[in-house]
Amino acid sequence: MVSEAAGSVPEIALASVGKRYRNATVALDGISLRVERGEFVTFLGPSGCGKSTLLKIVSGLSPASEGQVRVNGMTPENARDLLSFIFQDATLLPWRTVEANVGLGLELDHTARALRNERVSRMLELVGLGHVANRYPRELSGGMKMRVSIARALVSRPRILLMDEPFAALDEMTRDRLNEELLRLYAEQRWTVLFVTHSVAEAVFLSTRIVVLAAHPGRVAHEIPVSLPWPRTAETRESLAFEEAVTHASRLLRGVFHA
Amino acid sequence: MSKRGWLAINSILVLICLLGLWQTVIWLNRLPAYILPGPLAVARVLSARYPVLLRSLWITAEEAATGLAASVIVGIAVAMLFAQWRWLRQTLYPYTILLQTVPIVAIAPLIINWAGAGIFAVTIVTFIICLAPIIANTTQGLISVDENLIHLFVMHKASPAQILFKLRLPNAMPNLFTGIRISAGISVIGGITGELFAGSTRVGEGGLGYAMIYANNQMETSYLFALVLAAAVLGFSFFFLVMFFEWLALHHWHESKRAQIAE
Repeated sequence: MVSEAAGSVPEIALASVGKRYRNATVALDGISLRVERGEFVTFLGPSGCGKSTLLKIVSGLSPASEGQVRVNGMTPENARDLLSFIFQDATLLPWRTVEANVGLGLELDHTARALRNERVSRMLELVGLGHVANRYPRELSGGMKMRVSIARALVSRPRILLMDEPFAALDEMTRDRLNEELLRLYAEQRWTVLFVTHSVAEAVFLSTRIVVLAAHPGRVAHEIPVSLPWPRTAETRESLAFEEAVTHASRLLRGVFHA
Repeated sequence: MSKRGWLAINSILVLICLLGLWQTVIWLNRLPAYILPGPLAVARVLSARYPVLLRSLWITAEEAATGLAASVIVGIAVAMLFAQWRWLRQTLYPYTILLQTVPIVAIAPLIINWAGAGIFAVTIVTFIICLAPIIANTTQGLISVDENLIHLFVMHKASPAQILFKLRLPNAMPNLFTGIRISAGISVIGGITGELFAGSTRVGEGGLGYAMIYANNQMETSYLFALVLAAAVLGFSFFFLVMFFEWLALHHWHESKRAQIAE
């Protein structure tokens, strides 16, 4: 049901999307964007540019005030089965073990227990959490918690991942490692990703395309294709091409700040 | 020895010193027991009359426990309704505060008028005095859920029942226990207050409150002291029982478990 539509219907399409709040603040204005299946698109921009709002709109958690949003040709509300949202904080349920947290989505979908357990334990192995399956979130480090959060998002086999600054609260080394792991999983599972970050290096490392947003109102300022070769690993960060891409993106971002 | 062990020993030493001081004051001033009994007099009356005292204690304990249990059940139900419908909460919340501020001694005689003297009326008094803290705390816990957790459930197309039982209710557990802890302490007060008015349906058979009135009338001050002691022990036991259940339910996961007990 997917492959035949892939050519014509974009995975995510935004047409002149705007978001106004009741106090007349314009958070987003005239955002038009087309994301093809399998792209890794990162939104980069100053605070107040509406990056997070954009993800909320694509997920249907917060409706657009203007324009049209289509996810695989559907309204965001109807496309919920395709989407998984990963929040800035791990947002785990503190009263549930790691295992039970990861299984939450399947439990809410009434997936049979045996199947649920099997998929959860396979997912925990995949993200290297097998040994903490029965721990509670408070016993885990920030990086581990975020890994649980990612496992929870992936276990429902989403086609599209929406990630709202998922690694912002982590130290740089943990963040780099999780970036690498994320790309490893991306290579295997080929989701479409919309990713929000403040970090230019993170954006360059992860993305196939960077969308630089300007603030007040939030709008698209630049689109930067990232052509670094795959697979990207820790060594990628040491390459000249990576440095050049970071410099280029930083310069464009700086232009947005001063505008 | 552990720090906790030292603290316990210190507390006991303080108690012994206070009791000794109290007894010395009695001896030095030759105070008669009906004015102020010493610890020895209280101990004597305790050992002589403990079967009667235990019966009174048991009656009050039953009333307080039943009233408390009823207030927990009703309180959770009301809080769940409050959490589900904001307009209901905003309309009725002032009345829960009213429930808390109306002095129980003022309405206890009314309740006894309507329900008749006896254990049932006293239980209702206890129930009323226990209800407000449960409602207020549980409601708070049910509605103060991280917005992103709600979003997470919405993304998984969770039903309102799933959001209530798998998210809001577990989230409210620490608050619920805070409420029960507060109510456990005052449930004994509720029981005794009720008994002051409702007395007993049979002569000589009543709870601690009834026995207190009786002892007071008979100038049996030593026994009155013994009853006060029993009431305090009962309140303490309730409180620690709740703390134990709270620990059982929350110690796995609740981060501020310690800070919470300290408050």
